[in-house]
Amino acid sequence: MSVSTETAAVAVSDASPRQFLRQLARRPMLLGSSLVLMVVVLLALLAPLLTPYDPTKTSLSLVLAPPSAAHPLGGDGVGHDVLARLLWGSGASLMAGAIATGVAVLVGVPAGLIAGYRRGRFDTVSSWFADALLAIPGIVALLVVVSVFGTAITPTMIALGILFAPNFFRLSRATVVQVRKELYIDAAKISGLSATRIVFRHILAVVATPILIQASLTAGVAIIVQSGLAFLGIGNALEPSWGAMVNDAYRNNVAAPQLILWPGLAIGITAAALAIVGSSLSDALNRSGGRFRTARPDRRAQRRQTHEDAVRRAASAADVDGHLVVEGLRVSYPSEAGLREVVRGVSFSVNRGECLGIVGESGSGKSQTAFAVLGLLPSEAVRQADRIQLDGIDLITARERDLDRLRVTRIAYIPQDPMSNLDPVYTIGAQMIETIRAHERVSQRAARARAQELLGQVGIVDPARTLAAYPHEISGGMAQRVLIAIAVSCDPEVVIADEPTTALDVTVQAEVLALLRRLQRERNLAVVLVTHNLGVVADICDRVAVMRDGEIVETADVFTLFRDPQHPYTKELLGSTLSGAEPRTRLLGRASAASRASVETEPEGESS
Amino acid sequence: MLWYTARKLATAIVLVLAVATVTFFMLYGASADPVANLLGQTATPAQIAARRIELGLDRPVIVQYGDWLLNAIQGNLGTSWLNRQPVTDTLILRVPVTLSITIVATIVAAIVGVVVGTMAARWRGWVDHALQVLVIVGFALPAFWLAVVLSTTFAVNLRLFPAIGYISPATSIGGWMSSITLPVVALAAGVSASIAQQIRNSVLDVERRDFVRALRSRGLGSRRILFFHTLRNAAPAGLVVLSLQFIGMLGGAVIIENIFALPGIGSLAIDATNVGDVPVVMGVMLVTVVIVVVVNLALDLIQGVINPKARLR
Repeated sequence: MSVSTETAAVAVSDASPRQFLRQLARRPMLLGSSLVLMVVVLLALLAPLLTPYDPTKTSLSLVLAPPSAAHPLGGDGVGHDVLARLLWGSGASLMAGAIATGVAVLVGVPAGLIAGYRRGRFDTVSSWFADALLAIPGIVALLVVVSVFGTAITPTMIALGILFAPNFFRLSRATVVQVRKELYIDAAKISGLSATRIVFRHILAVVATPILIQASLTAGVAIIVQSGLAFLGIGNALEPSWGAMVNDAYRNNVAAPQLILWPGLAIGITAAALAIVGSSLSDALNRSGGRFRTARPDRRAQRRQTHEDAVRRAASAADVDGHLVVEGLRVSYPSEAGLREVVRGVSFSVNRGECLGIVGESGSGKSQTAFAVLGLLPSEAVRQADRIQLDGIDLITARERDLDRLRVTRIAYIPQDPMSNLDPVYTIGAQMIETIRAHERVSQRAARARAQELLGQVGIVDPARTLAAYPHEISGGMAQRVLIAIAVSCDPEVVIADEPTTALDVTVQAEVLALLRRLQRERNLAVVLVTHNLGVVADICDRVAVMRDGEIVETADVFTLFRDPQHPYTKELLGSTLSGAEPRTRLLGRASAASRASVETEPEGESS
Repeated sequence: MLWYTARKLATAIVLVLAVATVTFFMLYGASADPVANLLGQTATPAQIAARRIELGLDRPVIVQYGDWLLNAIQGNLGTSWLNRQPVTDTLILRVPVTLSITIVATIVAAIVGVVVGTMAARWRGWVDHALQVLVIVGFALPAFWLAVVLSTTFAVNLRLFPAIGYISPATSIGGWMSSITLPVVALAAGVSASIAQQIRNSVLDVERRDFVRALRSRGLGSRRILFFHTLRNAAPAGLVVLSLQFIGMLGGAVIIENIFALPGIGSLAIDATNVGDVPVVMGVMLVTVVIVVVVNLALDLIQGVINPKARLR
């Protein structure tokens, strides 16, 4: 158990400190925007040295003066030197950002950590407070604060920090809840170290970067709010600030329209640098979590492949018999080292009334094969094939619109995980009716009647109620029956089932397999069943293709395969999966026509 | 759904009450001396004391609060200390102005955000890159700065729109539209970008989910899947951003109203703050929170309609 604790701990801390910093160094946007921020801070600190003029002194000759050598940005409406105002004003803005952000972090983070860790009443009360604060429009609340405490900027920015605190509260609370779920139970088992300490150490490691991201955005917003208040004339009127400069520019917008540019640039550049710091940090965070794939489909390569395919297809005239024929199928994905092939030249065919099993370990490319045949690969995938034919129709060159007409009406798909394959926001009935009406001109009522009948056929006891239910209101087994009902709803000839029982309980698996077998016989379907489970294969398939590393190593009649496996990998697979069970007796049992719904399926050791 | 609505409503009422209470005690209890502020430095202590009694400020704060609350429930928010106008009457005149610009800006931002966000998610490429830049620019350039630039360019120089003033839609629909165009654009610009960003991310997230592949396997066509399934599943996240942005826009309206001299609650709040007219500040705070709560309630109910799981929470 202690081993698993360590791996969990590593996984958590990996996402943040040192390795993460090294990644940051490679990000030009982050480096650039950080440099800009440093320059702004330096300018604020060195303002007295950089300009000889007093930003609060006015001179009549400078009123709306054009730029000159002595005053590079000219004078404003009252006769201040604009450059001096700009440089001195950065101090007020940065201070405002720092105070508001500091208060928000100091209030929000500890409260969030405690709320997430202790839960209970403190959590309820503080979460409610956070929600309440988020519902208050910032500037209006600040006006109340100004009415009470006067126009000094410090109390106003402290109040702003409190208004921002809920963001930090929610962030750290959510992280604690998450980390606790992952780590707490394991951590508690380690002797000698207090569980609380472990949890908090990891939490701080995990939460640090998101807080930094939020803090940079908060500072940006605070600077904008401060300049907004200064624009309104709230705050010390004598002190120079960017907001007051916008106000001055606004009042002189006819005589000196260029004045609006300088404070706008100052606010814009500072806030943008903060925003870019935040977004590059979160990009880096997501990248180390592997969330975003930047790989794009290489359209030109895809087109070239299609052309080559067409040439090769013309050459291979030898017709292989079968309702669905696949020859020389290859699927690859762009990776850092060029195209990576996950399916390497797979060929198979299947006839009506026949069930072909494609069996292999997870990662062997069997699901990719299924998606490739259906044309459902992600857009970055590159598919090549000598032939993919459905009843003589070429599926490689078919346009998307033509494919849509074939899908579900002639070739249908049953997915692996039933719960994630139904749209959560529509009722079962709506989804079934949508499919039926997309392909047949029938009335809503007729489609509903058909859907209800189909649900009855797949063994759902109360079809009317199921039609009205949302996916989260039914069980996984029911959801899989629904997906099977949808797959056969437009009377297809071919069904491709991708691990249709893997996500289900053992008892439900048997029922669903029995259902598939029954439907196959009743409707004379050609079934391609993708699975890693040889028990499933033995139970329902007529022929088996064994897949490994993207290639089919052996195809055989199911009896032959189990009795006399040729390829060493097949032997290995048979040996490992069915250790202790005697496959032949089961096969013989099934062959002796007493085929029942009961299958001894082994507990799942893997999933793909 | 009924239970869901009732619960949301109860929470909303508690929230309004809590914010009103805290604000009241801050304004009436913590304020150093609002009357001295109001009368200015020339007032004698006797004048101040007399005025305090006249305004009822000599009573304990808790009594004042009870009094205010009882009146507020009946729709009476007191009278302005400055011009003796009933606060409720003033608010009734001014709230529609603020609502015109914020609600129109919200709708504009939602439409632009959904369209641009969907295009960026669908086409990626340059649209997506442009959106990333716009999001940063929209965040970094304050709405009031944009308002000043718009006013200078389109009102003062090009004379396409009025620089200041508000025309009620009851007077002239065209005049109303032209009087709110610039304020709405200033408010909606940054918000559109951030909603577009959210919609883009949600659409990409939803498109990666299994059920979208399952829908494609049923030959439904990419357009139908996008409009009926992907966008509907992406909408809840967009609505959350929209409701937060609406709150931000109410704050932004305070400054924008000032620039375009719109007689809304924002400019009222600033005038009242500057002279220390406490009952008006209190009234503005109350009515803003009520607006926020009502809009959030509406968005919650929409959420409940489009997302069946939300009704359980």
